[in-house]
Amino acid sequence: MRPWAHPWRFALTALAALILIWLVLAVWPDWLQDLLGRKKTFVNTLLNGLTLAGLYFLVASGFTLIFGLMRNVNLAHGSLYLMGGYIGYEVAEASGSWLLGAAAALFALASIGAILQVVVFRRMQGDDLRQTLVTIGISIVAADLMLAAWGGTTYQFEPPEGLFGAVTLPIVSTIKSSGAAVFIKYPFYRLFVLFLAVAIGLGLWVFLNKTKTGMTIRAGVDDRSMLAATGVNVDLVFVLVFALGAGLAGLAGVIGGTALSIAPGEDVRYLLASLVVVIVGGMGSIAGAAIGALLIGLAEQFGLAYFPTYGVVLTFVVMIAVLAIRPQGIMGR
Amino acid sequence: MTARIHPAWWLLAALLSIYPILANDFFTLQIGAYSLILGTIALSLTILAGYGGMVSLAQLTAAGLAAYVLPIFGTNSQGVLGIGWSHWLTIPMALLVGASFSALVGLIAVRTSGIYTIMITLAVAVSVFFFTRQNYELFNGFTGYAGIEAPKPFGYDLRAPLPFYYLCLIVAAGFGLATLYAARTPFGLSLQAVRDNPRRMAALGFSVAGIRVLAFFLAGFVAAAGGILLVFFNGRISPGTIGVDVAIDILVIAVVGGLRHPIGPFIGALAFVLLETFAIDLIARERFNSLIGTAFLLIVLFSPDGLLGLWNKIRPKIGPKISRPSLGLAGPQTGKTPQFDAAETQPISSREDTG
Repeated sequence: MRPWAHPWRFALTALAALILIWLVLAVWPDWLQDLLGRKKTFVNTLLNGLTLAGLYFLVASGFTLIFGLMRNVNLAHGSLYLMGGYIGYEVAEASGSWLLGAAAALFALASIGAILQVVVFRRMQGDDLRQTLVTIGISIVAADLMLAAWGGTTYQFEPPEGLFGAVTLPIVSTIKSSGAAVFIKYPFYRLFVLFLAVAIGLGLWVFLNKTKTGMTIRAGVDDRSMLAATGVNVDLVFVLVFALGAGLAGLAGVIGGTALSIAPGEDVRYLLASLVVVIVGGMGSIAGAAIGALLIGLAEQFGLAYFPTYGVVLTFVVMIAVLAIRPQGIMGR
Repeated sequence: MTARIHPAWWLLAALLSIYPILANDFFTLQIGAYSLILGTIALSLTILAGYGGMVSLAQLTAAGLAAYVLPIFGTNSQGVLGIGWSHWLTIPMALLVGASFSALVGLIAVRTSGIYTIMITLAVAVSVFFFTRQNYELFNGFTGYAGIEAPKPFGYDLRAPLPFYYLCLIVAAGFGLATLYAARTPFGLSLQAVRDNPRRMAALGFSVAGIRVLAFFLAGFVAAAGGILLVFFNGRISPGTIGVDVAIDILVIAVVGGLRHPIGPFIGALAFVLLETFAIDLIARERFNSLIGTAFLLIVLFSPDGLLGLWNKIRPKIGPKISRPSLGLAGPQTGKTPQFDAAETQPISSREDTG
């Protein structure tokens, strides 16, 4: 990205970023407080939005990767998320270790994803609509079986020991009349989710851009048949990507189950979230998934905080607006 | 092919006409009329998916919005709104609202194609669902509306089992036949041509987007009719009626029945309603979704053309062998109907069956 290619766009982005930084760091004057309400609400909403964006990114990156490579819209992706949450919960309960639960969810779902790819999707390669319908069928059955196994109760994980409790951020919310500054507190675990999402995003970027396997995958996204013609075992790459995407969804199930909770219906919620995120960001692009997740996560949280009645609708308004201007999504090609 | 009508169709028509005499009230209403209503809504999807190659999950939403018009402008027992207009006014309005909404969805969706259409229409359906649930001024939020009555022309209750069944039958058969007819009009043919090759049609000077949006409008009209019947049938409407799970059910019905012929959605609806009603006797009520999901999965995996396709596969093996006359120029198009668009999508029906 060269800033001088689009000077106006760059200037506007920089200005927006500066305003945002000022909004977060400064002690708000009274007129701003009248305009936007308490600063604490704003900063908390911002952080909640970022955390949620991180979670959405984890789920949607797998979804978009699978689509980009295989043109396969996996509408059972939400079920993979929920199943990851449940499996992780069981393992974490049994072993008493959150990390073990997260690892179990990652690997269990990666294997389930690989099996799905080999057993179901390989049989109908190239037939998108049929794959979509099959995944809808799978998600209906999976949701019902999970309901049978785990019931309708809401589960919540204990976050790992070291991540428990709140941290005080170096952000002043108000100055008391006594002159003492009041700092904003935020749950440590949620910050951890944010860092983890960023780390995984960077990891994915390095994997896709700097390793040979990643290069193969990107080549497959661009031109599958040409990749196969060069002697690469494309089927193996498909299984790998599917396992990676499903594993990420499973891991997100544990992470999201700890930050929020897992319950029946979450599968549809996260499926829709990933759908909207990748539609907004552009199908098949990891960077697009990150941008889409940011937009949608922030829109959802700010919608909830500032327009509680129609907050849920706001995300879809964002989506339709993006579609009207750029049907292929922000980073789509 | 304007061939003679196969005797089986006459038999079916006769059977459907005398059905209420053979069946009791429960079967007339809960099975017969309900299947026809769901079939009509699913027919809307069949028109779009089968003839237009656009799978829209927002057709139930169009039906639901049409249904909402009746209590909002007509009467309801909720004490919210209910302007009290007559059915002569509200029903045409509802039809128009449903069709216009569908056309609006079409406007958003036509810029994209294939698999994207599913996702965008799904997102639209969900946003409307949330909106109706949150909005109390117009949609009365979570509760929705109840006490919606069917018209009583000259004091004759259309909601009584027998007349209601025939009402549904007339609407369903009317739209089914209209679909068959419309498929052979210049518009219907150009819609199918757009499905098969949008770029060539655009090159020939047709407005691809215009044809698609018109298809959405007409399909919305059909869906709205189904929605109106549904709200008369239930007497109530709430956001739950247009939830994602129900939208998926409509998709299941259309696909299970078969997208290649307007009779498909009705077969699918009948199968769905029978399963929904009698699954309790087979398995626990709570596991109904597993059953219907598995049935759907099996159909999609092994017979992509739905129950209709299954029938077409079995027929040559059991029935007398009829050698089809050559269809001449019209051959390839009429032989195999609905296929999905997108240049790289392999058509469903010409796919090798690996099952």
